Amino acid sequence: MTDRFMLSRRQLLKTSAAGAALGLASAAFPIGKAFAAATTVGFIYVGPKDDYGYNQAHAEGAAALKSIEGLTVVEEENVPETVDVQKTMESMINLDGASLIFPTSFGYFDPHMLAMCKKFPDVQFRHCGGMWDKAKHPMNAGSYFGYIGMGQYLNGVVAGHTSKTKKLGFVAAKPIPQVLLNINSFLLGARSVDPSITCQVIFTGEWSLAVKEAEATNALVDQGADVITSHVDSPKVVVETAAGRGAFVCGYHANQSPLAPEKYLTGAEWNWAKVYKMFVADLVAGTPLPNFTRGGLADGFVKMSPLGPAVGEPARKQFDATLAEMMKGGFAVIKGPLKSNKGAVVATAGQAFPEAAIELESMDYLVEGVVGSTA
Amino acid sequence: MTDTVTGAGMPALFGARGYPAALEWMARRAETFVIPLAALIVGMALLSLFIALVGKSPVLLYETMWRGGFGSWFSIQNSLSRAAPLLLAALCVALPARLGLVVIGGEGAIVLGGVAAAAIGVALSGAPSFIVILAMGVAGMAAGGIWIGAVGALRHYRAVNETISSLLMAYIAIALMNQLVEGPLRDPASLNKPSTQPLADIYRIGNIPGMDVHWGLIVGVVACLLSWVLIEKTRWGFAARIAGGNVRAAQVQGLAVGPLIVGFTALAGGFAGLAGMLEVAAVQGSANASLAAGYGYTGILVAFLARHNPLAIVPVAILLGGIDASGGLIQRRMDLPDATVLVLQGMIFIVILFSETFYGRFKAFNPDLWTRPDLPRGAA
Repeated sequence: MTDRFMLSRRQLLKTSAAGAALGLASAAFPIGKAFAAATTVGFIYVGPKDDYGYNQAHAEGAAALKSIEGLTVVEEENVPETVDVQKTMESMINLDGASLIFPTSFGYFDPHMLAMCKKFPDVQFRHCGGMWDKAKHPMNAGSYFGYIGMGQYLNGVVAGHTSKTKKLGFVAAKPIPQVLLNINSFLLGARSVDPSITCQVIFTGEWSLAVKEAEATNALVDQGADVITSHVDSPKVVVETAAGRGAFVCGYHANQSPLAPEKYLTGAEWNWAKVYKMFVADLVAGTPLPNFTRGGLADGFVKMSPLGPAVGEPARKQFDATLAEMMKGGFAVIKGPLKSNKGAVVATAGQAFPEAAIELESMDYLVEGVVGSTA
Repeated sequence: MTDTVTGAGMPALFGARGYPAALEWMARRAETFVIPLAALIVGMALLSLFIALVGKSPVLLYETMWRGGFGSWFSIQNSLSRAAPLLLAALCVALPARLGLVVIGGEGAIVLGGVAAAAIGVALSGAPSFIVILAMGVAGMAAGGIWIGAVGALRHYRAVNETISSLLMAYIAIALMNQLVEGPLRDPASLNKPSTQPLADIYRIGNIPGMDVHWGLIVGVVACLLSWVLIEKTRWGFAARIAGGNVRAAQVQGLAVGPLIVGFTALAGGFAGLAGMLEVAAVQGSANASLAAGYGYTGILVAFLARHNPLAIVPVAILLGGIDASGGLIQRRMDLPDATVLVLQGMIFIVILFSETFYGRFKAFNPDLWTRPDLPRGAA
């Protein structure tokens, strides 16, 4: 039992030697894509793994790796964005022998993951969020992210068909570009059905603050919104509160339909399993992992929850048509002529910003029809 | 114990009275060690029950905790890193506690101390690093000091309950930080994680030589030592203890209770603010929402476990740092939820609070039993 937790230098040499021998053997006698030596991949989450949201989406991706033979997946949840996450990474490397680490929370990148990249140049780190910059950051670091705004557009299409009051509600964490793009996409999706639809947004100020999320949801329903969606770490409270008040809901991050089977319309979900399998496949093949990866619905990085029972036929039709359009590539949610809700022109006629457009990453406006303010 | 114990033939360490004096010395102090230690063990035993109920081995759990917290040099450094901010956070609870005040809003002072330090660090950029770091420390302490000092002032001059006000003010502090970091102090480049401008590397605080632990640990230990001296060895500390025992009596004695309360709470807040400054200068490199990591709340647990004794805060903080450090390994090795460690902390906390009722109840801890064997047992 004594040596189970710490790898001594001697053991390390032994295992590496064994690994090398096994590697040679498998080169001589190809045994498929199994790992030569035991490989460990680490996942770190900022919240609970079963939050029906951001962290669960990543944990589902990690779970998809567990069946791969020879691959060990280690996970740690509720790790704050402090020195704690640095120590967790070190611990995974030192005590578990992890050679690839996915710190999944946005705030883990700078300075925490970067510090570890410097300290462990032989370990690969891939961060969810798209911050990696070749000019500034080490090569053993990298980013992956998905264009989930398209999913919120599809949410909006279904919401637009379902809403009777023509008022939608959005519970958002912080007025940052990613969140603003989601809000705008949701409204524009709904307006593709009926241009008179509006969407009230309430910012809670925190990624995870259940009480405020419930208050915001109640306030939105009180004001007449009958379809609610959200962008907070865990949409659980929003979904349950809205459904409890009789409103319909669109999901985000993960599939929340078990929380409100009757009221859940659809949802914009991450499909991290696809991304993680891709990284691990590179690790197996021994090819360098990509440093910067992004994708949307067409690439399988993002997916939609199955349409719920309350979704009517016209909604289903437009949903399928729009989705097919998006799968072809080049679909632009933000396209002119378009004004912000303060009257500023954000896209002139003929101007279009497809999902990969760099301009979208510094979005600081809410489009016309969104009721709310970024500051 | 029999009545044959005399000083004859005993080590000279305790002088002519020898053995009984040594026993008395030990008996006077043993209580404060034995009771919390027993509480700790009872708390761990209670957790073992739960662990066994979910079908896991408590033995493996504690073995894993030991490995994760203290079992190797890496683990020890891991624990010390986590203990560093807890030292100062605990002082924010322990100092007012000596005045009989229960201040639980240290989180607010930490957050504001961090923001103030980051703002000063950015404003002074270009100045020599020594001056900037010093100014950041002063700014952090001032921000935290004003915040918790206000809690003390509200308590004394307006009779506002300090427990409630400090907790509510912590929420206000976090909202204020968000406002500043997302507004006037925001680095325009920090798009999706609003932060202040990053500090230049020369204004960052590094690690203790030879260790992977930042200087905040040393600062925290020194602050604990100074606080102990303040409370035990100075007249202000003495006055504070009197006021903590009985405010009316202190006032009748002519002690300036108001300034004493404001001064102690401000110093307590200053230490928490310093923790925030260290978090910015040694770990984060800028101020942002990650500052509200819950150190202020864990500090409450540390202070209560240490019975508000600044010297005891040091080992207790390291112990809790170790429990925290082992949490990850418990998740990974035993497939237990992260809450395991929180449940353990909670159980220890409750048992410790409960154990307060045992002080003075055990004859074994009564010095008279050892020094006056002539007395009948029952009279001890």
